[in-house]
Amino acid sequence: MGMTVELPTTGQIEAGTQVAPLARLRRYLRPLLGLLLPLALAAGWELTVWLGFSSGRLVPPPSKVFATIGELARSGELSRHIWVTLWRVASGFALGVIAGTIMGAISGYWGLARRLLDPTVQALRAIPSIAWVPLFILWLGIFETSKVALIAVGVFFPVYLGVMGAILSVDRKIVEVGRIFRLSGPAMIRRILLPAVLPAYVLALRVGLGLGWMFVVAAEFMGASEGLGYLLIDGQQLGKPAQIVAAIVIFAILGKATDWLLEIATAPLLRWQDAFSRQAGGA
Amino acid sequence: MLALERVGKTYPNGVHALERFSAEIGQGEIVAIIGGSGCGKSTLLRAIAGLDPASTGKVSLDAIAISAPHEKIGIIFQEPRLLPWLSVADNIGFGLSDLPADIRREKVAKALARVGLAEKAKAWPRELSGGQAQRVAIARALVPQPEVLLLDEPFSALDAFTRRDLQDHLLDLWADTRPTLILVTHDVEEAVALADRVLVMRPRPGRLFEAININLARPRDRNSTLFDDFKRHVLTSLDRSLDRTVPDAHGRSDQGAAMWW
Ligand SMILES: Nc1ncnc2c1ncn2[C@@H]1O[C@H](COP(=O)(O)OP(=O)(O)OP(=O)(O)O)[C@@H](O)[C@H]1O
Ligand SMILES: [Mg+2]
Repeated sequence: MGMTVELPTTGQIEAGTQVAPLARLRRYLRPLLGLLLPLALAAGWELTVWLGFSSGRLVPPPSKVFATIGELARSGELSRHIWVTLWRVASGFALGVIAGTIMGAISGYWGLARRLLDPTVQALRAIPSIAWVPLFILWLGIFETSKVALIAVGVFFPVYLGVMGAILSVDRKIVEVGRIFRLSGPAMIRRILLPAVLPAYVLALRVGLGLGWMFVVAAEFMGASEGLGYLLIDGQQLGKPAQIVAAIVIFAILGKATDWLLEIATAPLLRWQDAFSRQAGGA
Repeated sequence: MLALERVGKTYPNGVHALERFSAEIGQGEIVAIIGGSGCGKSTLLRAIAGLDPASTGKVSLDAIAISAPHEKIGIIFQEPRLLPWLSVADNIGFGLSDLPADIRREKVAKALARVGLAEKAKAWPRELSGGQAQRVAIARALVPQPEVLLLDEPFSALDAFTRRDLQDHLLDLWADTRPTLILVTHDVEEAVALADRVLVMRPRPGRLFEAININLARPRDRNSTLFDDFKRHVLTSLDRSLDRTVPDAHGRSDQGAAMWW
């Protein structure tokens, strides 16, 4: 885009310079298109309640939801709940990622370990993770440990599968390039295997993070006294639907924001992948 | 000198791919290996490269036995096999990681200019055409200055024009340091245009069938009658290696091989 065209000598170039800003505008506007439907629905509901067609008691209008969020924020309660939940997700995610990465790498790299380990992991995976809740509470108590453990379990499986699958599908032909240049074991891992599995790994991390957010809700349902999940339960027990919707909205924002952060943080490592789209965008 | 002494290969699944293949290839010689599909050409090349060591016999370079990849032996495959996460320049410098960064940069820049891709230094491999990618692969293999360069059908995925272009280019690059070239090909013209000697193989199990010296001065004129004679000679030998009845007329012999080809 930073190119300067000295003279629009032909009609073609003229057309090109005219089209470019329009195309750019379209590129920015296109994601906004997706906001149209939810915004219209929210506005419609707001209007319905405002006109008195509905009391909005069970389904609070957006204005009431935002008022609730404002109230919670002012009292300082909201940030406390958010931090507690964020901390749980972060520690569960970290544990799940560490365990999943190590075990996935072992299973992917070493055939014997895969035959020993993988059937058990696959069997455990078939258990709906929520079914662990009672056991975790018995083993680890009702407080933080059991919650973090549940989240870690949820994060573990996609990371494990992603790492193992990625290692198994590394192109043998590319590994041969490493052999030709006589890379040692560690150099082979660092210069060939790691970069080759990175895209699949990042994807697995993002799936894992999504599951982490799912499981933190389940974890906070099991008797929490703070956290966004507690806000949900509290809203239900005290009949405050606006608080429930407020918590849901915040969950959505946090989930999207953390996913986006992960994407931003890993983007420099995966620059080589989007070479095509970058070129198409710049042309 | 590269010495192959009764090299044989039986794969673990029992396939007898190569049997008692012997040849001596002098330093700087260009040898083309040609033969029917599945007659063990890739097997032989991979044994020389030390990727899949021979099960019997011996490969040695200047009296040193080769049983694993060796720094003096490079290989180029049918596909460029560039590492997609490295820029073109970093791909070429991949085998130079022991050298200090500035020397490496200098060598890479020289190699890039030599294969005519200086302006692509920062490009990603997926931004290259097939011919450009194969040039990068050639540069990557040549930049550590191997004494022996093995090529397994390096141009077979390219169109006829690009192939001609790269054949000439390969000869050009070869003239710089004169490594030994061993080139597996399915293209009789390619073999005659490049090689000092063509080794024809016969299948099941893979064996040396005939060695044909190409006594043509370089640069070679592909349209000369002498060139045609050598082509015909190789084609006839190929036909015989596959136990075909050899037709008497030249034209028909061309046709026989062409049909099978
Ligand atoms: N890794 C392997 N395991 C078992 N058998 C193999 C293996 N590689 C090749 N073979 C067999 O060995 C024989 C020779 O194969 P090779 O690849 O060397 O043939 P080729 O001459 O290179 O053929 P092409 O011209 O089609 O490339 C074939 O019968 C093939 O099926
Ligand atoms: Mg082959």
